[in-house]
Amino acid sequence: MISYKKRTDGRRFDELREMDAKVGVIPRANGSAMFKNGKSLAIAAVYGPREMNPAFMRNPKKATLRVYYNMMAFSGSGERVRPGPSRRSKEINLVMEKAFEPVLDLVEFPNTAVDVFVELIQTDAGTRCAAINAAALALADAGINMKEMISAIAVGKVYDKICVDLTKEEEDMEAVDIPIAMTSNSGKITLLQMDGVLSREDLKEIMKQARDATLKVLELQKKALMEKYGGQQNE
Amino acid sequence: MNKQYIMDLLKKGKRADNRGLEDYREITVEYGISPKNAEGSARVKIGETEVVCGVKFEVGTPFPDKPDEGTIMVNAELSPLSSPDFETGPPRIDSIELARVVDRGIRESKCLDFKKLCIKEGEKVWMVYIDLYSINNGGNLFDAASLVALAALKDAKLPKYDEKSEKIVYEEKLKTGLHLNELPVEVTVCKVGETFFVDPNFDEEDAVDARLTVAVLEDGRIAALQKGNIVALTPEEIDHMVEMAQKISSSLRLKL
Amino acid sequence: MGLLIDEKNVVIPGQILAEGMDFLPAMNTYREENNIISTRVGFIKLSGRSINVIPLSGPYIPKVGDTVIGKVEGISNSTWSVDIGYAYQATLPLRDATSEYIQKGADLSQYFDFDDLIVAKITSVNKMKFMDLTVRGPGLRKLDGGKLIKITPSKVPRVIGKQGSMISVVKNATNTRIIVGQNGWVWISGENPEDIQKASEAILMIDREAITEGLTDRIEKFLGGKKNDIIQEEN
Repeated sequence: MISYKKRTDGRRFDELREMDAKVGVIPRANGSAMFKNGKSLAIAAVYGPREMNPAFMRNPKKATLRVYYNMMAFSGSGERVRPGPSRRSKEINLVMEKAFEPVLDLVEFPNTAVDVFVELIQTDAGTRCAAINAAALALADAGINMKEMISAIAVGKVYDKICVDLTKEEEDMEAVDIPIAMTSNSGKITLLQMDGVLSREDLKEIMKQARDATLKVLELQKKALMEKYGGQQNE
Repeated sequence: MNKQYIMDLLKKGKRADNRGLEDYREITVEYGISPKNAEGSARVKIGETEVVCGVKFEVGTPFPDKPDEGTIMVNAELSPLSSPDFETGPPRIDSIELARVVDRGIRESKCLDFKKLCIKEGEKVWMVYIDLYSINNGGNLFDAASLVALAALKDAKLPKYDEKSEKIVYEEKLKTGLHLNELPVEVTVCKVGETFFVDPNFDEEDAVDARLTVAVLEDGRIAALQKGNIVALTPEEIDHMVEMAQKISSSLRLKL
Repeated sequence: MGLLIDEKNVVIPGQILAEGMDFLPAMNTYREENNIISTRVGFIKLSGRSINVIPLSGPYIPKVGDTVIGKVEGISNSTWSVDIGYAYQATLPLRDATSEYIQKGADLSQYFDFDDLIVAKITSVNKMKFMDLTVRGPGLRKLDGGKLIKITPSKVPRVIGKQGSMISVVKNATNTRIIVGQNGWVWISGENPEDIQKASEAILMIDREAITEGLTDRIEKFLGGKKNDIIQEEN
């Protein structure tokens, strides 16, 4: 068994990549944000609550959350990504919707749609986590009632080591990759997927490390919201 | 939103935001906004309007009638992220028009020497994919898209092509860029009543009677034209609009 | 225990505002066991023991009695459909449009035409957010000419100011007529487009800097500054 001694980019095993976040990057949208996780860069915009079409999809009890994740044609490594939805992006739309539904309060707006669009400008692993982190900020910016914030990070195992926030290079090694989205207060998991093979003990450790890592993501999300809104507060 | 108010003002030669009729909003150009995977990339902002562009290379077979020439493919996405009016789904006619107008400016100006994109005559040529995405539609996506496409082409570096395996080694970018002989910047001149002006913001665009996009070369010649919207123009008006575009184009070219 | 964040400070969704039972959750807050938690980006406002979060962003929620500005978008044979900045249009029924007798089959566009702006009052909102309007009442009418701008609905009280103090400053300095709808739509009219532009900029500045200290002074300075420039030019 190979032992993974030093991460390819020199980080500690529990260290996140450099992150950046900004709220209010798309003036036309009701809410928007950018989130950069290492070299993965996502921008998100929220439109709504707005008229929901087709009409038969309307829910008379609350607004419907719709998420659209898209990789720009030039954002991926190797060949150009063909524009348009893929099976992968459709699945991400679904799991992202489920990642937010537990914390969103949408009953105030029956029959409407809350649309979240995420575009990936550059990808280097952990793109759905960057997308979720940007989308959470955009939803908060749009003033949609949220019981808790959502923060996401991928934690995995490269050879024998549990690593936080894998790069594409690490993913391409013998690795298990688990994107996890968590609620800010209760630390509950709202998105969990996995590629690879793992023991139960490893999964427990991974979830524990994900909690610590998502709290770091949350700190940055809070800072980004404060940069837009906190400036309005008493100096 | 303020169609009538804006039209009334423009007919008097005034603009709601106090700009002159030949004034662009502030223009910024940023290169290498997606440097890891794209061979070239850029962002252009004109006021609140923002468009990004990335260049990717692929290897394909040349057209039979042009065996020693590579080619370009321009694609534009009016991303639903950039405006409440844009929808998801396959490209609609607006984005197809935008892509084709940008394509014509580059293609017809011959700013890229397609012969230099030949790898092996009759067999292999470079195909240059130019992908445009609107990020925020604050009006005048045409001029922003044309400018950002040129910026991304300027930023582009060819990837290594391994003759033996016949594969592109995307991880290895060469120092060779794409030589641009020309910078065919596009200026869209708009007409409301008897008033001609450039760089409509979102509200102004809604009020426009007719528009003419003109790709202007450095020596003043024009390389592509596209008339838009429903009002007809006289030859004299077209000539006036081309003259305006010629005059203004050099200031845009300086931004690159 | 008690209040964790001082009044007027900016908080984010999921942020714990108070611990223990000394306080009660009110607007945009909820209780989770021992904690009172915010669901919005906003600032804390106490009213007695109740904790409110006054949002700094978010959609307009129509309420009966609100005076709003709207735009006519549809005409049927007995009603007008009016966009008031909600996901769905409000209805202006014939009986609430005019005191005149309207002949059956009359052309309703002679009263209110497409794209006309009106200032109206909301007379009813049901659970599904179907809304009825009236333009019969003091100050309610069709608006001629002028420019429309949109601000954050929750900041309408700040833009108006105490007893209309803030909006009066803008009106007087720019020589404009201004109507602020509860839906965040603001109508500005005047003789000079420069004045209208100045007034719009001032109102958008109040919207942006709503909770900063000394805002009235800054607005006065912003509005006065231009006047001085003009005087200097004349000299």
